[in-house]
Amino acid sequence: MEKKKNMGVQALEHCNAGKYQLNSFMKYFKRYHPLYVLLLPALIYIIIFAYVPMYGIQIAFKDYRASFGIWGSEWVGLTHFVTFLKSPNFVQLIRNTLALSIYSLIAGFPVPIILAFMINEIQSPKFKKTVQMITYTPHFISTVAIVGLIGLFLKRETGLLNILFTNLGMQGKDFMADPGSFRTIYVLSGIWQNAGWGTVIYISALCGVDPEIIDAAKVDGASRLQKIFYIDFPTIKPTIITLLILNVGSLMSVGFEKVLLMQNSLNMETADVISTYTYRLGILGGQFSYTTAIGLFNSVINAILLLTFNGIVKKVDGNSLW
Amino acid sequence: MSARITNKIFSAINGCLLLLILIIIVYPLYYTVIASFSDPELVVSGKVLLTIKKFTLDAYRNIVSNNSIIIGYRNSILYTVIGTLYDLCLTIPAAYALSRKELKGRNFFMGIFVFTMYFSGGMIPQYMLIDRLNLIDTFWVMIIPSGLSVFNLIVARTYFNSNFSQELNDAAKIDGCGEFGVFFRIVLPVSGAIIAVMSLYYAVGHWNSFFPALLYINDSKLYPLQLVLRNILVLNQTMLMDIESLTTDQVSLAVRLSYLAETMKYSLVFIASVPMLIAYPFVQKYFVKGVMVGAVKG
Repeated sequence: MEKKKNMGVQALEHCNAGKYQLNSFMKYFKRYHPLYVLLLPALIYIIIFAYVPMYGIQIAFKDYRASFGIWGSEWVGLTHFVTFLKSPNFVQLIRNTLALSIYSLIAGFPVPIILAFMINEIQSPKFKKTVQMITYTPHFISTVAIVGLIGLFLKRETGLLNILFTNLGMQGKDFMADPGSFRTIYVLSGIWQNAGWGTVIYISALCGVDPEIIDAAKVDGASRLQKIFYIDFPTIKPTIITLLILNVGSLMSVGFEKVLLMQNSLNMETADVISTYTYRLGILGGQFSYTTAIGLFNSVINAILLLTFNGIVKKVDGNSLW
Repeated sequence: MSARITNKIFSAINGCLLLLILIIIVYPLYYTVIASFSDPELVVSGKVLLTIKKFTLDAYRNIVSNNSIIIGYRNSILYTVIGTLYDLCLTIPAAYALSRKELKGRNFFMGIFVFTMYFSGGMIPQYMLIDRLNLIDTFWVMIIPSGLSVFNLIVARTYFNSNFSQELNDAAKIDGCGEFGVFFRIVLPVSGAIIAVMSLYYAVGHWNSFFPALLYINDSKLYPLQLVLRNILVLNQTMLMDIESLTTDQVSLAVRLSYLAETMKYSLVFIASVPMLIAYPFVQKYFVKGVMVGAVKG
């Protein structure tokens, strides 16, 4: 009897607890549902425009026919991947893509860091502001305009750079038609456009240096270079590493728009990269399945690079993305 | 050597190097402007280097009379204004919601967004989706699919995280303000900095974007300026009336016109870049302060 009663109490308590939980949930929801309402539009957007296309990736393993739809088309397994690996373009595309992005990374990555140190060392606030303002400017010019300007400056007869080269007694050249110059033009113009903007993140990280430490270093007689090496650099090192990992993780996806705009029939030997090849065969040529497979191959390599590099850095340095 | 002198030398070298960098950055832009206002023949023969020679507005006069450029300009303004508003409506509320600890599962939601930075369906599946939504060759294809940059979302969330404290929410709660009230009446009015920076980022993105138009728009009435620009600057489509039909007496005129076509390219770059270059100094002061701090790690 006693036992039964106990059980009844327990059940009652349990029920009450449930009620209480429900109540507190209702209370929570009543108060905080606006937060979910604020989040909802962005969530719907990302699901439609980022996740729904992922469903379409399956056509990489299918022989896509528009009349059958994504789901109805026939499975063909890894056929498209094998075709790509065996295609005569494969080696050239991989080489071009990697050469261009590794060249960009090696030449371009250190520049904003050095520039940020230099800007940080400016003592006149007015000059500092001017330098920042001017170095950011090219970032706001469109890729189309930049490539247009490159074309104008490098024109065989009338381009400013060719005129300059001829005046210096060097041989002028039609640079845009020269496969050997493509990568250098791409990388240098990229540095010109983005190095200044790239400093924003480092400069804001440099703001985090404790002024007391700098004062202490000054008292100890540290030179400005020593201050940069022993105080500034360690402060922004995590930022540098984070950006480096992200850069390595996107080695396979070079600045597609710019490459496409800089391509012409004469420089394709070095200027054709995976993404432009995908565009040409997929959008212009209608080979949806084959090019989706190439795109997927690309993403997977990027993911592997990101994870591997992140893992290496974590082991060596202790810093990592996650 | 005393520390003060080494300090001075350091500053001097640093200053000189920076000055050199400034010249390298500014000169191509400066040259673009002076070339666009100079006599085409002098530009083409390399005589315009430091100042405008034989000032002329011919290049600009030709641009203004070119219909496709005017239509492109108008389209780009519409895409940029409407697109930026749409992007802000998606980004700012979501960033605020994600910055609040009371949002249950916020790490999960954040994960949903961040994952798309590393992995996407790719060009073709995206194209197929846009096609299925019947957006190809419509005005809205330039707006709706490019609505939210996850990077911007992270920057904005970081801003809200570091600028609004729990006390503020508690105070608002005591005043009987609901969550909508907190967001619209307390948070938004003092978030000018982040709204300004986000507006600039998105506006620049829309104004300069050319690839979505290349993919999704065939109708030249809907071309944004950048696509018109590409046709003229990169593909060298001629902007002028047909030169070939000229008589031999007019050959020198034809040559002049071909020179004019060159300086018109400079003026085109100038008028296409000017809106964003005017807008950005107003927002510049917010870049370093607060907004970017901690954005990398999210």
